[in-house]
Amino acid sequence: MSKTVEITKEADQFLKKIEELSGEKITSCIQCGICSGSCPMINEMDLTPAQSMSKTQLGQEEELLDSKSIWICASCFNCKVRCPRDLDLAKVAEALRQVVLRKAVDKINIDAISPEEMMELPQIALVAACRRLTN
Amino acid sequence: MAMKLPYYPGCTLKTKAKNFETSTLAVAKELDIELVELPKWNCCGAVSSIVTDDLMHQLAPARNFVRVLEMNKSGIVDNEYRLVALCSMCYNTLKRTNLLLKNDHEKLKTINDFMYLEEDYNNEVEVVHFLEILRDIGFDKVKEKVKVDLSSLKIAPYYGCLLLRPKEIAIDNTEDPRIESDLLDSLGVKPIDNPFKKMCCGAHQTVQDKYAVARNTYTIVSGAIKAGAEAIITSCPLCAFNLDNRQREAKELYPDFEGVPILYFTQVMGLAFGVPEEELGFDLNYNDPRPLLREKNILK
Ligand code: SF4
Ligand code: SF4
Ligand code: SF4
Ligand code: SF4
Repeated sequence: MSKTVEITKEADQFLKKIEELSGEKITSCIQCGICSGSCPMINEMDLTPAQSMSKTQLGQEEELLDSKSIWICASCFNCKVRCPRDLDLAKVAEALRQVVLRKAVDKINIDAISPEEMMELPQIALVAACRRLTN
Repeated sequence: MAMKLPYYPGCTLKTKAKNFETSTLAVAKELDIELVELPKWNCCGAVSSIVTDDLMHQLAPARNFVRVLEMNKSGIVDNEYRLVALCSMCYNTLKRTNLLLKNDHEKLKTINDFMYLEEDYNNEVEVVHFLEILRDIGFDKVKEKVKVDLSSLKIAPYYGCLLLRPKEIAIDNTEDPRIESDLLDSLGVKPIDNPFKKMCCGAHQTVQDKYAVARNTYTIVSGAIKAGAEAIITSCPLCAFNLDNRQREAKELYPDFEGVPILYFTQVMGLAFGVPEEELGFDLNYNDPRPLLREKNILK
């Protein structure tokens, strides 16, 4: 049985916004799943990388922005080097994060890190986490 | 005469990964390479800016390129525009901005306009990783400097992500890198192939979810152990932290997990070249490699 999905104007605008921010032609994703099979963080994700791509195609803003996956992506570019359509999912995840972060939202609270942990963590981890997870 | 190269340390090499810097400077000296620290360098930003409208974060790497121009102008280096990075993350971030500006003249112009107090940057600089310098001078030259027999050591290379991905910045074949095992070969160490050598450790996720990283640590380190490795080498202070310190959390999750020491590749080079132990800084490695090295009669 076929299922019809209606794409609203808002959904289409959301897709266009993410395409523009990421610079990726998200509609060219063929849902082959290679990205999901290559992702080192997939066990921690609620949406697989391929699912995130299809939901972006459909402009399902809420599900994407509320997902754990966009915050768990480590920007390792493994999906990017393997995607047969040369799509960069790390850029797509970053674009999705930016939509949230630019509303002055922080996804990690640095103050909540204990002094012991703060002392142990290398700067590179803290700077990278702040860059990817705070506004 | 020593080959003088502009060198970008990055912040972690000045603190938590001081041993990466001291061991590198020592082995470079043995090879007649002088790594000259960039005057007034600034943090590269750790991760590259990957959305299309965020030019602001390309500024930090670009400013460091201007420092290379100044080094040439003032004669600190002589017509040398290669900028050497050691930390894989710094390498990746600097290199991506470097390529972006080479390919996008409009963005280059905007950046130059914004940095109007600096000298104009016109894509003179090429960002390279220290491993590439070693490959360029030749691993046979590295071999000539070996004084200590390390043939009893079995070490697995670990590349992680940022030396190899995305393809345009890769220092070696993205799917089948050899550069670290070629280096180990030249040092007389037996390289062990770990099927998880290119798997990401989880990077900055270590700040918000250390157990997610510990699960990756477990996979990567166990892969090396199963293949027969007694230690793992890396070139990134964040990989090192995640593979080394997070073995503690991995042991909580998998009680029968036994770890191995994690070394910077330059620490192994230092051992082979007979560099004094103080310069190799093993006290900063979380899992102390010295018991293994003493057992093998490499250290006293
Ligand atoms: S690998 Fe590329 S084409 Fe395949 S599902 Fe992932 S994004 Fe789509
Ligand atoms: S870049 Fe993100 S989505 Fe892609 S493989 Fe790495 S962690 Fe997974
Ligand atoms: S990446 Fe770090 S180590 Fe590299 S300079 Fe910047 S935050 Fe530091
Ligand atoms: S810190 Fe992890 S994310 Fe980085 S290069 Fe190292 S493996 Fe990749």
